[in-house]
Amino acid sequence: MSDHQKQAFDFMGFRKIASAISIILVVASIAIIGIRGLNFGMDFTGGTSVELEYTQAPELDEIRTTLTEAGYDQFVVQNFGADTLVLVRLSESGNDQLAQEVTATLAATGNDLELVGSEFVGSQVGDELKEDSGLGLLLALVVVLIYVGMRFQFKFGIASVIPLAHDVIIILGIFALFQWTFDLTVLAALLAVIGYSLNDTIVVADRIRENFRKMRVGEPWEIINESIHQTIARTINTSGTTLVVLLALYFLGGEAINNFALALIIGVVVGTYSSIYVSANLLMVMSVSREDLMVPAKEGVEGSEETEEPPEWLNRM
Amino acid sequence: MLNKYPLWKNLIILVAIVIGFIYALPNLFPDDYAVQITGARSSTEVNSAVLERAVKALESDGIEVKSSTLEDRDALIRLTSSDDQLRARPAVQAALGRDYLVALNMAPSTPSWLKSLGAGPMKLGLDLRGGVHFLLEVDMDTAVGQRLEAVSGQIKRELREERIRYRGGDVEGARNIVLSFRDEDSRAEAFNLIKRQYNEFLLNEKTSGDEFQIVLTLSEGEVTAIRKYALEQNLTTIRNRVNELGVAEPLVQQQGADRIIVELPGVQDTAQAKRVLGATANLEFRMEARQDAATGETEQFSFRDERQRTARLERDVIATGNNVANAQQAFDENGQPQVSITMDSVGGDLMNRATRNAIGRRMAVLFIEFRTETETKMVNGEPVETDKRIVEKGIISLATVQSALGSSFRITGLDSIPEASELALLLRAGALAAPMYFVQERTIGPSLGQKNIDAGVMSVALGFGLVLLYMLVYYRGFGLVANVALTINLMLLIACMSILSATLTLPGIAGIVLTVGMAVDANVLIFERIKEELKSGVSPQLAINSGYSRAFVSIFDANITTLLVAIILFAMGSGPVKGFAVTLCIGIMTSMFSGLMVSRSIVNMVYGGRRVEKLSIGGKLANV
Repeated sequence: MSDHQKQAFDFMGFRKIASAISIILVVASIAIIGIRGLNFGMDFTGGTSVELEYTQAPELDEIRTTLTEAGYDQFVVQNFGADTLVLVRLSESGNDQLAQEVTATLAATGNDLELVGSEFVGSQVGDELKEDSGLGLLLALVVVLIYVGMRFQFKFGIASVIPLAHDVIIILGIFALFQWTFDLTVLAALLAVIGYSLNDTIVVADRIRENFRKMRVGEPWEIINESIHQTIARTINTSGTTLVVLLALYFLGGEAINNFALALIIGVVVGTYSSIYVSANLLMVMSVSREDLMVPAKEGVEGSEETEEPPEWLNRM
Repeated sequence: MLNKYPLWKNLIILVAIVIGFIYALPNLFPDDYAVQITGARSSTEVNSAVLERAVKALESDGIEVKSSTLEDRDALIRLTSSDDQLRARPAVQAALGRDYLVALNMAPSTPSWLKSLGAGPMKLGLDLRGGVHFLLEVDMDTAVGQRLEAVSGQIKRELREERIRYRGGDVEGARNIVLSFRDEDSRAEAFNLIKRQYNEFLLNEKTSGDEFQIVLTLSEGEVTAIRKYALEQNLTTIRNRVNELGVAEPLVQQQGADRIIVELPGVQDTAQAKRVLGATANLEFRMEARQDAATGETEQFSFRDERQRTARLERDVIATGNNVANAQQAFDENGQPQVSITMDSVGGDLMNRATRNAIGRRMAVLFIEFRTETETKMVNGEPVETDKRIVEKGIISLATVQSALGSSFRITGLDSIPEASELALLLRAGALAAPMYFVQERTIGPSLGQKNIDAGVMSVALGFGLVLLYMLVYYRGFGLVANVALTINLMLLIACMSILSATLTLPGIAGIVLTVGMAVDANVLIFERIKEELKSGVSPQLAINSGYSRAFVSIFDANITTLLVAIILFAMGSGPVKGFAVTLCIGIMTSMFSGLMVSRSIVNMVYGGRRVEKLSIGGKLANV
């Protein structure tokens, strides 16, 4: 690297503090998930939800009273989006006529209302979904571990999978803390976060690998620090553009994908942080060394340049 | 020459962009609200007279008709708004009567020159256009049970015909039939007979005291085959029923080993849809038991309309609704509703054989219905809900056999005209091989759908605009290049989804938005690399070249891993998650193309093949 370059910011100087923060966040998240639990949406728990549109904003308490008098129990009544839109969630799932019945019960009180949407999920379907989702998340992590392990090296595999788990646990922790609804779209967001955070981690890891091979001098921490420094502008810009669209999605995308956008926003912020501090930190802890990254010398080409060259066809592009 | 694309490469990019443009174009023409008219039966023709009657009915109701077209088997009337559409359906239905089915539909307004190229807009998912989504589960235990019952009846009939005396025979457990005999000889005879004809069973002999038994166990392979058959038969039946409902572009699809997804766009009357789809009603024809019949051979049933009245019927089933070839609702001499039934050849044969020796006896038509009921039990102090499946069998008619029945006869004793016509519909569409239960249901009103579209379009537009601005401010000239690439990326993404006729859902829109945000990543990586190269004193031309080639490895690895995650999402996800995964997968590929190839091509055109002093890439570092 050139001489007149500015002294790299000492990212790794904060690594002890960062480790502490990460560990506290993860432990706290697990504790919160354990204590409060996730507020699973209907996709997972089963039940019935009815979306009603009133011509005039109704009193939610009145709706509750009407429903209680009609003999329903274990239900939630809330506004969503606008004060004329009412969502009624019932834990009952056996009776698939429930949506019509609820609408009829509420319409009988003389309010002008319309059924705009309803959903009914059997409890068994929900349980299976929970199982499949957990499995999907684990599978995603394993596939990443294998791919990165093959493309880079095993230590890099570990250093890219643990930050992903870190991100997922923290998002889940925040969802449990605020009791935001965790539904199928949030699950999709979690997987997208895995993809996104991985993107970040790979870019940093790629640079670390390149620098280990290129820079003949310097301690591992110096090289890692330099690599982070070189990629920080890209990391911030990509996170910036992604955050910008996610904010647009959050504010304009409508009620149905609010939590999806929220999970992604948290994920992008945490993911950006973890690709620097968790991933690079882990590489330090596992004391990644130059030897780990040496390209195995091929016969006849001994002593050739050890950089990962782009494929030859690309140069022709 | 450095940074110069050969002509063919530029041409390929240009062709890709032109194709992308053409196939993305139809999405700019919004769908028309329409009602679709089809004949209730395949023989009913929809002609111009019918269409004229419909249009007149709409005009007299003050509903504006945009255009009306007669197609091969159906007619389409385009309207101006969704309110009109909702009012139009009952109006047209009333004008045309019950011979025609009138369904709500969305008609694409793609110009004909685009249509001739095979271009069409993306399909909108249910959450964007409104409709109902059902998930049904096939009750496989019952499917296997029913088969065992049928086989056990058949074996007993054959034993009687061969004059082999048996004591009794019953279905035991989930997959066994146990036959018992008085002595070893008749058991040996029966054993040989069964072994010859029923090779799907594993046979075992068991002797306890003076009971000589044969235990028939259904083989694993046969159980799998029965399950597969039940699912396929139910899929076919559900498709037939959906067609009877007259829904435009319905979706009936298998999910997993025992579930079926049904999506009915535009349907708002879920109650009717569910009644027809989920109706597991079936018929069984059985003889009334003789006075002297052994109790093991008979079963007691009550009548459907009079619970107190009961009759004792034979256990053996003569035929079921599965053997019905056609069924029509009609009226008898007294004006009472009835269903005229035509059996298929097997059914007619069975019916004839059973009735020709039974003139003067009475035959019962048994109506079978399956329902789900939720039961709350206390387990460890906590209420646990379990779904209990209930089978209801009731006699709808018990009539004296006047003469040997053939393949055509009628059923009377039905309550009302709707009941008769629904029974006819169900028999016509085919019975379900096994009962099904609704395990999931989602209804999206049309107004909610439109709101979702508006929100989606707004957020894509705003997010897209902000990213363009960000890139322009930060990277100047190169930012502009990235913006062009990003725009082309969005266009290609939409074109790919249109070509694959992927369904656009709300999460799909979220996927597009996310792709827009992430697609610039490739360009950001490249530009940062170019800046670095410039910083280290490399000439602009060389900096561009090595910027692109060095960044490639990172871009490739990062995108491949994201793609892997997206594929997992697609494989394990259902419904909304799948829609998101599809967009993400396509988005990753188009963004790699536009980020690497398109942007490179533009950069080459601007800077390539000449002496360049300075690059417009933002920051204060372009000086060498």
